Amino acid sequence: MESDRIEKLLEKYFEAITTTAEEKELKDYFTQGEVASHLEQYAPMFTYFSAAKEERFTRQVSLKTKRYIYQWISVAAVAVIAFGLFFGKEYQEQKEAEYAYQETRKALSLLAENLDRGTEKVAYLNEFEVAKQKIYKNN
Amino acid sequence: MPFKDKLYRLAKRLLVSSEEAEDATQEILMKLWTNNKAMAKYKNVEAFAMTMTKNFCLDRLKSKQSSNLKLVHSNYEDGSSSLQKQVEARDSVNWVERIMEELPEQQKIVLQLRDVEEYDYDEIAELLEMKPTAVRVTLSRARKAVREKLLEKHRYGIG
Repeated sequence: MESDRIEKLLEKYFEAITTTAEEKELKDYFTQGEVASHLEQYAPMFTYFSAAKEERFTRQVSLKTKRYIYQWISVAAVAVIAFGLFFGKEYQEQKEAEYAYQETRKALSLLAENLDRGTEKVAYLNEFEVAKQKIYKNN
Repeated sequence: MPFKDKLYRLAKRLLVSSEEAEDATQEILMKLWTNNKAMAKYKNVEAFAMTMTKNFCLDRLKSKQSSNLKLVHSNYEDGSSSLQKQVEARDSVNWVERIMEELPEQQKIVLQLRDVEEYDYDEIAELLEMKPTAVRVTLSRARKAVREKLLEKHRYGIG
């Protein structure tokens, strides 16, 4: 009695004009109840479709992936390098300025020393002046 | 992601290898995750994800084909262990899987979406960017092809 209906449904099924409900009926018929012997050949299809739906995706997907971590690491590395370059340059400039300062100081002190020696000698000139004044006064 | 199993099953249907299918699914989930905000715009995320999976797998197959490589898979069941309780019915269920592997891709997809995942015709049409009538035609062809091959094996015993 039921197999008549199932046959009709099967016919519709292969023309792809069955509704979802009708297909469910077919699936139920072939997976649960007794299957009429002349329809048995269709059973594997429906059994398989039901079984196939049970397959699960089992792999654990960590959505915070390493890929992103690497991205951030590279960003951080670039930042560190830029930082290093910037301050390294500044440091070098400071060193250079200090060196220049020291050199200038050395040069200036050398100049000052020589100038002192110069003025010492000039001091004798004063003696000459004094002597000259004495002579003027005496005349 | 509640529909990740569906994505995986579709991927496996197309790529056959479970390893490859897992990779593909992971890739798709990753893409979905990174586009988290943009995703809110799509009213049907599941359909969008399914389309993505379909396209991704087809691309993958195409690139493998062009580089003359075949996707290998090792997930055939080990026959010996289950040999004792192997019933013929169980065996022919496995045939269906093999038969489906031989179908053209479009038929595989339609059959998978309709008979395994039980989508509506309209949903499938939208997913595959096909007309509903074309979906029905493809589906009918796929079902008939499976039936024919199944009957063949039924008649001759082992295929």
